[in-house]
Amino acid sequence: MALIHEPDAPAASAGESMEAFFNGLWNQNPVFVQVLGMCPTLAVTNSVRNALAMGLATTFVLVCSNTLISMVRKLVQKQVRIATYILIIATFVTIVDYLIKAISIPVYKALGAFIALIVVNCIILGRAEAYASKNSVGKSMLDGLGMGVGFAFALTCLGSVREILGAGSFLGIPLFGPNFQPWVLFLLPPGGFLTLATWLLIFSAWKARSKRKTEVLEEIAA
Amino acid sequence: MIMRNVVYALLPICAFSVWLFGISALASLAAAVASCVLTEHLICRIGGRPATVGDFSAVITGLLLALTLPPGFPLWMTAVGGLIAVGLGKMLFGGLGFNVFNPALVGRAFLQAAFPIAITAYTPAMAVNRFLEFIPTTLTLPFAQPLVLTEWIQRVRVDAFSGATPLTMQKFDHAATDVMPLFLGKTAGSAGETSALLILLCGAYLIARKFMDWRIPAAMLSSAFVVSAAFYLAAPAQYPNPLFVLFSGGLMLGAMFMATDMVASPVTPLGVWIYGGLMGLITVIIRFLGGLPEGVMYAILLGNAVSPMIDNLTQPRIYGARKKEAAKA
Repeated sequence: MALIHEPDAPAASAGESMEAFFNGLWNQNPVFVQVLGMCPTLAVTNSVRNALAMGLATTFVLVCSNTLISMVRKLVQKQVRIATYILIIATFVTIVDYLIKAISIPVYKALGAFIALIVVNCIILGRAEAYASKNSVGKSMLDGLGMGVGFAFALTCLGSVREILGAGSFLGIPLFGPNFQPWVLFLLPPGGFLTLATWLLIFSAWKARSKRKTEVLEEIAA
Repeated sequence: MIMRNVVYALLPICAFSVWLFGISALASLAAAVASCVLTEHLICRIGGRPATVGDFSAVITGLLLALTLPPGFPLWMTAVGGLIAVGLGKMLFGGLGFNVFNPALVGRAFLQAAFPIAITAYTPAMAVNRFLEFIPTTLTLPFAQPLVLTEWIQRVRVDAFSGATPLTMQKFDHAATDVMPLFLGKTAGSAGETSALLILLCGAYLIARKFMDWRIPAAMLSSAFVVSAAFYLAAPAQYPNPLFVLFSGGLMLGAMFMATDMVASPVTPLGVWIYGGLMGLITVIIRFLGGLPEGVMYAILLGNAVSPMIDNLTQPRIYGARKKEAAKA
């Protein structure tokens, strides 16, 4: 597990920093691998627009909170660290809340309470506790970016399946003409569960396959 | 062996639905069975499991699924339903013997949620030319919306038909249907649910050969009868009479062939009565107080969901074992 890190690893090389980024995007993808943050994943992915907005909002909070927490990591007493993290995260969530309201009222209404609920998103607190509190500012920022983009990527995967099947459109643009039969189910909660399950199945099948492949290659090399 | 006999028992009902609704019903049955069998075969192959298609359970699932759908249901949607029924309802849980819910009803619940309009588009029974032409919606292209049937129904109907089943008419227009045609089955409705008499006879065959627990349909039907009689006696103008409740909609088919799913129902004698009674009660509550005209499907799925719990609560006392209180003292 990449969640366990030695406190204050030595300053990272460029390659290691990139690893922090791709770790979140792919190997430790918050949705497909760690299965974290299921509440927004299931609730707001009924259209690509909502999924993207939620992904971007979470990415912003992740990057900012990871950076700030990493900056103050040596000043915070161990006993009050969680409260401090929550306070920092809540600050950025408030910023995002006002930002979305200013940019687009329809998106704000569609996301509803889930913007405020980013505060308790376990990905953000998880990265703060497991990574940002133990790593340098640069690496923490990249980790936040990787995790955030990975989360946004996963939400968009779910959102596109649900919007294409459930409404016959992508980002609000009709794809199949008026004759398309929408699968209403995919806009409803059960559609969210079914789509998530299918993506998890595909993702883990793909991972198992590539793992077998590397094993075979190593065997040949040995 | 049991499975094959259930197929035999379903065949008369299938034949009746083909006679009533024509080649569309036949095509629907074929599509559902083909889709179910193919899904089971493919999942067995991909998963590297031994082939289980030969046990006939996928055929039963397919037949039951098609019998619960409107006769003119688009074939591509029927095929999707078969895929979900066997894939999600049975194989994902580990195949036959591990399914928590009746697979056919899982498929139908999916279709009901995904295509709520198509699954309530009923067509008249005994339409003219029903053996020569398909109901137009049957041959809808995959992923396309089925046509609206109003005009076609005007052309083919033999008597006044408003595009509604007896249940819908009762629920939304308070128009009663006589009990006798309901009992014999020459009414509109899902392909295989119309004839209460035929379903009773086919069920009686399975019960006589001891392939099915007679307590489940008995409990479900009597509970539905008693509960609806209570409603009827309290407000006769508002609620239909209990015989109408028994013979209309999918209650008969559900009680005989779906609630009795051996895997998804309890095994203790007392538990079976509770299970059936609960399903009858929920059916009537959904029909009378809920927003839907029909509630058998959800009643049975809920019954399936609680059946392990019912089993736990109704374990018989082991012979010779003492009661808990006695043991404590």
